[in-house]
Amino acid sequence: MDIHFIKENIPLYVEAAGLTVRIALIGILCAFLVGLFCSMIRYLKVPILKGMVQGYIELSRNTPLLIQLYFLYFGLPKIGILFSSEQCAIIGLAFQGGSYMAEAFRSGLESVSKVQKDTGLSLGMTEKQVLQYVVLPQAISTSVPVFCANVIFLIKETSVFSAVALADLMFVTKDLIGIYYKTDEALWMLVIAYLLLLLPISILSSVLERKVRYAGFGNTSTVSGK
Amino acid sequence: MQDLGIQVLFRGNNFLRLLEGMWAALRIALIAMALSVLLGFLFGMLMTIHNRAIQCISRIYLETVRIMPQLVLLFLVYFGAAKHMGVNLSGEMASILVFTFWGTAEMGDLVRSALIAVPTHQYESGAALGMKKWQTYFYIVIPQSVRRLLPSAVSLLTRMIKTTSLVVLIGVVEVVKVGKQIIDASRYTNPKAALWVYGAIFLLYFAVCFPFSKLAAVLERKLAE
Repeated sequence: MDIHFIKENIPLYVEAAGLTVRIALIGILCAFLVGLFCSMIRYLKVPILKGMVQGYIELSRNTPLLIQLYFLYFGLPKIGILFSSEQCAIIGLAFQGGSYMAEAFRSGLESVSKVQKDTGLSLGMTEKQVLQYVVLPQAISTSVPVFCANVIFLIKETSVFSAVALADLMFVTKDLIGIYYKTDEALWMLVIAYLLLLLPISILSSVLERKVRYAGFGNTSTVSGK
Repeated sequence: MQDLGIQVLFRGNNFLRLLEGMWAALRIALIAMALSVLLGFLFGMLMTIHNRAIQCISRIYLETVRIMPQLVLLFLVYFGAAKHMGVNLSGEMASILVFTFWGTAEMGDLVRSALIAVPTHQYESGAALGMKKWQTYFYIVIPQSVRRLLPSAVSLLTRMIKTTSLVVLIGVVEVVKVGKQIIDASRYTNPKAALWVYGAIFLLYFAVCFPFSKLAAVLERKLAE
């Protein structure tokens, strides 16, 4: 093990990890919004759009992110739609993550019993108010475990971004192995970098899960994190 | 008429080659899944044993596999093993190893929760009938847990198939690699090949994964009844 080599190359990894975090943050935020939007459409049963959302969810859940990225990055430019690597990564993450988030919200929305909605309506709340003040808060709190699992899943998925020429952790590692043949050092730093990225989030999410269980209303034990 | 470029898929035996590539990817997933089911059952049963050391070790194994991106594991085995053990693993071998390593952990956890879900009186009734421990497991507990297990096992298979798309990054010749070859070969005759080839691969993956995820959904609904 070459400690000097490791020390020298830490900045490379920090930079790469920074890139991963930045893209993951933007991508997950977009995915969250896409998911919320899709689940709202399904919840409100908007005609036509509902079918499209269903199709999108099936398509995105049953294809790998890497293939989606290849299509975005190498395929679409041929018909004049050009994205930069970063845009591709963010769009890909939002496309892939959106459906997972939508499913998370759906399971949350389904867990809110119909009585809650009826009670809200009978208290004179409008449909919108019921959704905003009664259904959504409960739905979101029950879907937190699934939501956290999705965030971790999506951050792990960012590891394929090197395929669209983004200088992420995998890219740096492969570079160092290729240039200096320092396989051990590069791989160790890679593992440690991902641990440092994901372990805090994993721990944080289990804390969060325990916290929001108190926010549950009535029988929340029926919801199982998948 | 403008040249659409879709012909690239059907020129020569291009489409057949893509299908073959898809099969190469699928084969990795299927072999790894079969191994994972076998080992996962053992691992799951191991995890139900009340022994602190075993539980600690299996917990660490499970969390490590869960937290590491599969691509990192692939890199570790593919580049690491070659250097340390002096074995020249083929990319395919490395990916089967990694997928089995990952699948065993996931499957083990599923088996564990399915075994726990079988009520204790089932075990006790077996024992009361004079069955041996393995008989109780083999005839009573496992058949019941399999039913519970099936939906999530099928969706694990879907995830595994999707993850096979990564193996191209460690140099396995599968559908994406074949696609790249086709694109490169028709760079001059058909500059729009990339669109159609990657589009076709996208749909191929969908065509393979969609039935499985539908199956998982159906099984889950059946189980809920």
